[in-house]
Amino acid sequence: MGDHHHGPAKGLGRWLFTTNHKDIGTMYLWFSFAMFILGGAFAMIIRAELFQPGMQLVDPAFFNQMTTLHGLVMVFGAIMPSFVGLANWLIPMMIGAPDMALPRMNNWSFWILPPTFLLLASTLFMEGGAPAFGWTFYAPLSTTYAPPSVTFFIFSVHILGLSSIMGSINIIATVMNMRAPGMTYMKMPLFVWTWLITAFLLVAVMPVLAGAVTMMLMDIHFGTSFFSAAGGGDPVLFQHVFWFFGHPEVYIIILPAFGVVSQIIPAFSRKPLFGYDSMVYATSSIAFLSFIVWAHHMYTVGMPVAGELFFMYATMLIAVPTGVKVFNWVTTMWRGAMTFETPMLFCIGFLVLFTIGGFTGLMLSIAPADFQYHDSYFVVAHFHYVMVAGAVFSMTAAVYFWLPKWCGRMYNEAMGKTHFWISFIGFNLTFFPQHFVGLAGMPRRIPDYALQFADFNMMSSIGAFIYGASQILFLYNVIATIVAGKPVSDEKVWDGAEGLEWTVPTPAPYHTFETPPKVDPAHAHS
Amino acid sequence: MCFNAKRLSKLALGPVLMLLSAFALANPEVNQVNMAPGVTEVGKEIYDLHMIILGICVVIGIGVFGVMFYSIFYHRKSRGVTPATFHESTQVEILWTVVPFFILIGMAIPATNTLLSIYDNDDAELDVLITGYQWKWKYEYLNENGENVSFFSNLRTPQSEIYNTEAKGEHYLLEVDNPLVLPAGKKVRFLITANDVIHSWWVPHLAVKKDAVPGFINEAWTRTDQTGIYRGQCAELCGKDHGFMPIVVNVVEPAEYDDWLAGKQAEQAEIAALMAQEFTLDELMERGEAVYQRNCLACHGANGEGGVGPAIAASAVATGDLSGHLEIGINGVPGTAMQAFGGQINDVEMAAVITYQRNAFGNNMGDLVQPIDVFNHKKGQ
Ligand code: HEC
Ligand code: HEM
Ligand SMILES: [Cu+2]
Ligand SMILES: [Cu+2]
Repeated sequence: MGDHHHGPAKGLGRWLFTTNHKDIGTMYLWFSFAMFILGGAFAMIIRAELFQPGMQLVDPAFFNQMTTLHGLVMVFGAIMPSFVGLANWLIPMMIGAPDMALPRMNNWSFWILPPTFLLLASTLFMEGGAPAFGWTFYAPLSTTYAPPSVTFFIFSVHILGLSSIMGSINIIATVMNMRAPGMTYMKMPLFVWTWLITAFLLVAVMPVLAGAVTMMLMDIHFGTSFFSAAGGGDPVLFQHVFWFFGHPEVYIIILPAFGVVSQIIPAFSRKPLFGYDSMVYATSSIAFLSFIVWAHHMYTVGMPVAGELFFMYATMLIAVPTGVKVFNWVTTMWRGAMTFETPMLFCIGFLVLFTIGGFTGLMLSIAPADFQYHDSYFVVAHFHYVMVAGAVFSMTAAVYFWLPKWCGRMYNEAMGKTHFWISFIGFNLTFFPQHFVGLAGMPRRIPDYALQFADFNMMSSIGAFIYGASQILFLYNVIATIVAGKPVSDEKVWDGAEGLEWTVPTPAPYHTFETPPKVDPAHAHS
Repeated sequence: MCFNAKRLSKLALGPVLMLLSAFALANPEVNQVNMAPGVTEVGKEIYDLHMIILGICVVIGIGVFGVMFYSIFYHRKSRGVTPATFHESTQVEILWTVVPFFILIGMAIPATNTLLSIYDNDDAELDVLITGYQWKWKYEYLNENGENVSFFSNLRTPQSEIYNTEAKGEHYLLEVDNPLVLPAGKKVRFLITANDVIHSWWVPHLAVKKDAVPGFINEAWTRTDQTGIYRGQCAELCGKDHGFMPIVVNVVEPAEYDDWLAGKQAEQAEIAALMAQEFTLDELMERGEAVYQRNCLACHGANGEGGVGPAIAASAVATGDLSGHLEIGINGVPGTAMQAFGGQINDVEMAAVITYQRNAFGNNMGDLVQPIDVFNHKKGQ
């Protein structure tokens, strides 16, 4: 290892044993895309069954396995690892560090993921089928009444949590210790800030999730009754523990997305972010509030009215910092000089659709109204507006934005824009009508529905097929760029982009910032 | 009710239909796009609240998106603009933190009031105990002259409609054999619980949704002056047939309700009488087939071929010792989907379905079970 300027190792070993943040980032990104396709395939089965009233393709038990695996794979396999991949690629480059602080652990936290998802997917072929109790796995459906495969599910969740905790510790250690001289906290790019806060959230709540599944394991195999009323336990306790993890989890998903958007909108508006400081404070207050709102998922379980009121007021409060973020992005665009390349289009798509998801979130936070919304398709519409149009759109924007930097080649702009428009139309066609059927009374997680809901469901299914198909275009565009895209050598790639990652050569060499860069105060945070 | 005429209308008419729905009382409406105000005071309050918040969101949305699209059209590089450089303004930040805060307080006040009325469970004139089962509801009328009336309410839509071999009826998946009957104008309190997993009892037009949690009893209430049939569904994932456990509430004039209740009581007395009767094999088979289709088919298959549960055809239990078979039918197999049916179907039905399982699907035991045998089995344990 005498040579400091060595490149990657050759062959498969490069990927198995790598401790390079860029290699690990790349693996995370490809893995999460593969999971996105797998979770998407499950969604296509769901939407195909729901295309018309009546049971056509699958039986109700298998349908429940599909909704469960779709949720689990998308949340834990697609969205979360994709942002970890992005963090791996970008955080060292954004703060002027040579690599992540704990590179060997970094290798581990990635490599335990693929076997875990293999295990989870293999439950489909087990006696009794895959888990069929929803991604929220409420007890006792997930304990006393669960298929035997639940034990494998519990094991998978443990390993996923382990991976997330290791990844987060690494990010916290990197950001706290490896910033280049002059890169003070209040000069860090917002993507780094949002990830730092996310990492703290992860470290705080993943052990809670581990606790929940461990209690399930005990109930199933060791005769305890944490969640079984017959033995003196409490099924509602499960929901409190789950949502104490679950609500921060939704912010774990969206905060890095906020970070991405806060990098890209200024770049294509050619104007600095309007309120950097207030964005940092807003993100922190969202993170804080996310710990005291969990029971807004449980308004109908029969809490005392004082509890309902507390959780309602706290949840409504979250709208304030969320609003601050949206207003800041719009004001950043105001009187800029905008261009609309694919990353910007996806960010604008994010902005419009995430705001709609925020509005429905505010509606859901109103406890009495939630008595009608809860567990209906209205909730399904809400969380897809925030998770797909929020997290997935911003992730897509990030790939288009940084891909030229990563591989030194430009993607096909026309194809990128086409991808955006098809996604945007497909997405809205899928999820907007779900607000209607939800308000009209269609419960979620049902394999068949009343005739009155037929037209909107058919629309939804058509939209889903369109959105699904548009991802093939994305995959093609990315691969075509990597193998044969038009070479770019400008360090900046985008004329409005700011930040240290744009000061290294294009494509980014295997090792960057082996000597710390000088942080130019004028160029601090974008 | 009156869907056929409404079928003509397509999406553009959705909002109009929504307004009509308050009168037509069909629920849900075809292509309904908004929450129904329903037929209760609380429901209307919730609906108003929903419309207010929706309105506020729409107004804010128009503002935010208006500014954004103005900017997208006018502040684009292709128009030759030079970008401004302004950023950071404490005044602006304070403004857009404080103003939304006050808007939220404006929303919280009516929300709190409505929530308090939802929680006002006192002074009910009638109590109904609702128990969720995989996958049906049980209704029990409490305190009516000391004699509780109770019955199960199962999906009535036949498998043939679900599996598309027959045309689907008007109330596809939203119809039951025994609806919950309630008197109009009286405050009814629901005590809601579950027998196995968590379910959730939801009737949009009555604005009631409450989880049914095993081991706990939740409360909810309703009162409506408007007679009619209101349809809902289980709202909490409860296993395989979660999508197939609808709720139908029939609100009738109090006098009609009293008649109905008296009828139910007479029916229960009649069952008590039947218990003492001896049946022939044919009678038991006929009754048994109906019970089987209603209660057992979902898991054991239309032809006894099995599914969630094992096959009944040639099953060692169904072709073995009679008391072992009765034991499973009455007390179930704890910890599995095979529930204790002893408390769910009456002794006549149990006798019939056990006889049926022993003599159908190629099982040819030839023995028959009388209600008294079921009664004795229960006694003996
Ligand atoms: C919710 C699903 C479900 C329903 C509904 C159901 N069963 Fe079962 N049944 C099962 C399961 C699961 C088993 C297997 C239990 C075990 O593991 O031993 C079973 C087992 C049985 C057995 C023993 C069969 C054997 O060969 O081991 C009999 C008899 C039986 N059920 C009768 C009935 C009757 C009678 C009804 C209707 C009144 C009914 N079941 C309804 C799920 C169901
Ligand atoms: C303004 C901010 C938000 C508010 C006030 C809000 C509020 C709510 C409420 C009250 C519910 C419960 C609804 C119910 O089950 O009846 C809910 C559900 C949900 N929200 Fe949000 N939300 C917001 C933003 C987000 C974001 C950013 C995400 C994720 C990226 C998200 C993801 C979800 C998910 C996944 C569920 C459904 C969980 C389930 O039951 O499966 N929400 N939201
Ligand atoms: Cu939440
Ligand atoms: Cu259910």
